[in-house]
Amino acid sequence: MKHSFDIVVVGAGPAGLAAATAVAEAGRRVAVLDENPRVGGQIWRASLSKVARDRSKERAVARFEASGAKLFSGHQIVDGDAAGALESWVAATQSLETFSFERLILATGARERFLPFPGWTLPGVFGAGGLQALVRSGYDIRGKRVVVVGTGPLLLAVAAHLKQDGARVVLVAEQAPLSQLMQFGLSLITRPGKIVQGLSLRAQLANAQYRTGCWPVAALGDGTVTGVRLSDGSRTWTEACDLLACGFHLVPNTELATLLGCEVGDHGVVVDADQQTSVASVYCVGETTAIAGVDAALLQGRIAGLAAAGRASEARTLHMQRDAERSFGRRMDRAFALRKEMLTLAMPDTIVCRCEDVRFSQISQAAAPGNGWTNAKLQTRCGMGPCQGRICGPALNALFGWKNTSVRAPLFPLPIAALCSSPLATDDATTLVTQEN
Amino acid sequence: MRDGTAVNAAMIGLIVNGEALQVRRGSTVAAALLNAATACRISESGEPRTAVCGMGVCFECRATVDGIAQQRTCQMECRDGMVVETQR
Amino acid sequence: MKPFDVVILGAGIVGSACAYECALAGMRVAVVEPAVPAGAASAAGMGHLVVMDDSEAQLALSHFSRELWRELREALPQTVEYEECGTLWVAADAEEMEEVLAKQQRYANSGIASEMLDERALLEAEPGLRHGLAGGLRVPQDGVIYPPTAAGYFLSVAQQRGAQLIQGKRPVRAAEGEVVFEDGSRLSAGWIVIATGTDTSLCPWLKIQPRKGHLVITDRYPGVVRHQLVELGYLKSAHSVSTDSVAFNVQPRKTGQLLIGSSRQYGELKRKADPEMLRRMLDRAVEYMPSLKQLSVVRVWTGFRAATPDKLPLIGPTPDSTVLVAMGFEGLGITNAPGAAKLVLHHLTGAAVPMDPMAFLPSRVARAEAVHA
Ligand SMILES: Cc1cc2nc3c(=O)[nH]c(=O)nc-3n(C[C@H](O)[C@H](O)[C@H](O)COP(=O)(O)OP(=O)(O)OC[C@H]3O[C@@H](n4cnc5c(N)ncnc54)[C@H](O)[C@@H]3O)c2cc1C
Ligand SMILES: Cc1cc2nc3c(=O)[nH]c(=O)nc-3n(C[C@H](O)[C@H](O)[C@H](O)COP(=O)(O)OP(=O)(O)OC[C@H]3O[C@@H](n4cnc5c(N)ncnc54)[C@H](O)[C@@H]3O)c2cc1C
Ligand code: FES
Repeated sequence: MKHSFDIVVVGAGPAGLAAATAVAEAGRRVAVLDENPRVGGQIWRASLSKVARDRSKERAVARFEASGAKLFSGHQIVDGDAAGALESWVAATQSLETFSFERLILATGARERFLPFPGWTLPGVFGAGGLQALVRSGYDIRGKRVVVVGTGPLLLAVAAHLKQDGARVVLVAEQAPLSQLMQFGLSLITRPGKIVQGLSLRAQLANAQYRTGCWPVAALGDGTVTGVRLSDGSRTWTEACDLLACGFHLVPNTELATLLGCEVGDHGVVVDADQQTSVASVYCVGETTAIAGVDAALLQGRIAGLAAAGRASEARTLHMQRDAERSFGRRMDRAFALRKEMLTLAMPDTIVCRCEDVRFSQISQAAAPGNGWTNAKLQTRCGMGPCQGRICGPALNALFGWKNTSVRAPLFPLPIAALCSSPLATDDATTLVTQEN
Repeated sequence: MRDGTAVNAAMIGLIVNGEALQVRRGSTVAAALLNAATACRISESGEPRTAVCGMGVCFECRATVDGIAQQRTCQMECRDGMVVETQR
Repeated sequence: MKPFDVVILGAGIVGSACAYECALAGMRVAVVEPAVPAGAASAAGMGHLVVMDDSEAQLALSHFSRELWRELREALPQTVEYEECGTLWVAADAEEMEEVLAKQQRYANSGIASEMLDERALLEAEPGLRHGLAGGLRVPQDGVIYPPTAAGYFLSVAQQRGAQLIQGKRPVRAAEGEVVFEDGSRLSAGWIVIATGTDTSLCPWLKIQPRKGHLVITDRYPGVVRHQLVELGYLKSAHSVSTDSVAFNVQPRKTGQLLIGSSRQYGELKRKADPEMLRRMLDRAVEYMPSLKQLSVVRVWTGFRAATPDKLPLIGPTPDSTVLVAMGFEGLGITNAPGAAKLVLHHLTGAAVPMDPMAFLPSRVARAEAVHA
């Protein structure tokens, strides 16, 4: 199937919704594509469990729905060309659909960064945001003892939500030292809203411990996690738990941007004041450009939407506010910067690439001077599994400074049928057989 | 409805490794497997693995769904009568 | 005295194998790789170790090389994923079945084991193939490896014997016992072996054309395919010089994955996969094996074969008595790398090889053109 729009937005999180709304309100034909069945992205993910109403989501979604933008959910982008078309895979119909556009706005968001430590592959160990998403989609964690470890503002938010969903949050262990966070907190004096949010999250956690300056050294358990060993640099101790949620801040999803030829820097896709990338027809917004939170995402979305619709000047008034949000993001990066101990958690036999079970010792052997990601990948198979380095890539970037630049279409696995002439039908194999007989 | 095993409208039934399982409507297959304490796959070196990222990027939640192998179960909502096989 | 007896340019599988042989022969070796060792064609190729019978010379070299691989088996690390899964040449119809017979004869004459399969035996051997195929020929001693780590093994053995790897510097000239790098620095050696794959910038007189191929790798489905499956029409595809072609070619990897080929295109230099070519290639695969359709594709990539006018590699001395080449392996450089390295050693030291080295001399191409003119 082929569709044609003036502007196509990829990603229906806050940034993508804001962008599409602005485009549609400016009178241009716009489509929003997202892999998920519902709008919201990660932070506004739909939930089976009862979560408190989020008024900013409700407002944004209502405005989006009224705007005339067209939503295509269940569409996963697998290929694209900055010159004007995207290919999306629609699992529901097992088919590829093509979207042509004049301008493209990428709002593909971010994912959690994982750092390998002994035991992190045990069942019961989750990404922090991952556990939250799984709970929202029906995982029942009532009564379970949860320890949340890692770094970043997400830890507190996740812990608060897990508690609402009936978990017993035993401990939230933030690796950043208090002094570093304090500096960050002080620099927030100009941004009272953010602090209040942090404080109320803290209050919701009530009797759970929030400890800074400590980190996981090993997840313990045989077959499933039963505890976690933690360290604060001078002392190590064990906390018993049923679930371990870990997240080491976020990394932008830059695969599609890379495939389209957009320049990607250390923090994400490089954009100018109008959110335009190095490829003129492509804009990029939200966490994909740098991790800066939902407020930045909403502003960036609006700015890009107006710019792509040819009304860049109307968005100028928002630039200052957007820049302030982005500098908030940069301060956050500094506040939650990884301490050096985080980069030495992996033991020689710790699995780094989960798809292929490549261990740290294999990778460090391949890490001779002059060698980078490509060499390690070819010699050890790390990053060659179905996730194509989405998990081990950022870890190895943190550990060795390597960049995974080898992005190829399809961006996500597809059935062979999707790439050949005849579509997939369940009784295909038998039809062919009988024809031949 | 293919193999209607649902007891009420809020619940639907699926078959996991040959056994009937009731889940809340709207649940993903990954959540259902977690509730049933069933690993999705066995890794290359023989470790059991379950869903990790919940957002379709880690591929740890792969299982065979309705006869098709290597499906990301965190991205699939349960349907009544769905047949799920995990690696054991 | 020159610091090296031999400097090898290019650390693909061919250059790495040359380094291995030269180092084992006690030479002082340097290997120069401007990019990633085994990161070009050797990272893209299928790694099918196969005896090809399209010419006497090819048969001799690929048979010799395959046996060298078999001898290496025990020494190769696990990560090379060596598996003697055998090749199964699939005949679609009665005409191709006649070719199976002829092929078996040729193999038998060279002492290569092979076994004819009728339709039933074919389906027993590979239940995933469609019904109605005529039969096939099983060559049980052919195998499969993972080329990047095999090249890595050759290189590391050479390094243990003192060979030096010079990485990240691009040679721009190689003549009269001296290599000149982009940055102006120089390296001298008794001999220079150019093994730069499709890159002929150091030896532009060689008639080598890049020939693009597509490959598709699936997620893990152990046991779905047992042999490397190749349609008998493959040679027709490989030998059509002008037109783009595809052939059914499916390989079971030790990982349980399937690697699916193959396509051949001239005059196409973009690394991006071409959806149309990919579609044709996969249509062909699905035609032979309908059950492939449901399998999940993890990655698609392309690579470039170094094609020569007469389909044979260019191995041996050049008019400059210090320079040898080992290039132009088209779709058979993984298989032929160990044999090619022995041929190079033969030219350097006179070590014996069980074939006529003249058949591969780079000068033959020029000669053949003179004769035709
Ligand atoms: C037998 C086999 C099995 C494989 N199995 C898998 C698998 O299971 N999963 C998987 O993901 N991949 C697999 N691969 C493929 C591998 O990941 C790469 O896709 C493959 O090596 C092709 O490379 P690419 O073009 O994608 O290179 P990239 O990884 O995109 O390129 C690597 C780097 O090398 C550079 N480069 C590319 N070509 C050249 C050149 N000619 N000279 C100099 N530099 C160059 C590029 O610019 C880039 O920076 C397999 C490969 C083989 C041979
Ligand atoms: C799709 C496809 C499938 C294939 N399948 C098979 C198969 O199943 N079996 C088989 O036997 N073969 C197969 N082949 C062929 C095989 O991959 C090649 O013949 C083989 O890898 C060639 O190795 P090489 O060392 O000559 O070249 P390469 O691996 O290309 O190595 C050349 C090296 O030279 C370096 N270089 C370039 N310029 C310079 C310079 N100026 N100075 C120094 N170094 C330089 C490059 O960076 C590179 O590392 C296949 C090829 C393709 C494309
Ligand atoms: S849980 Fe990570 S892909 Fe499903």
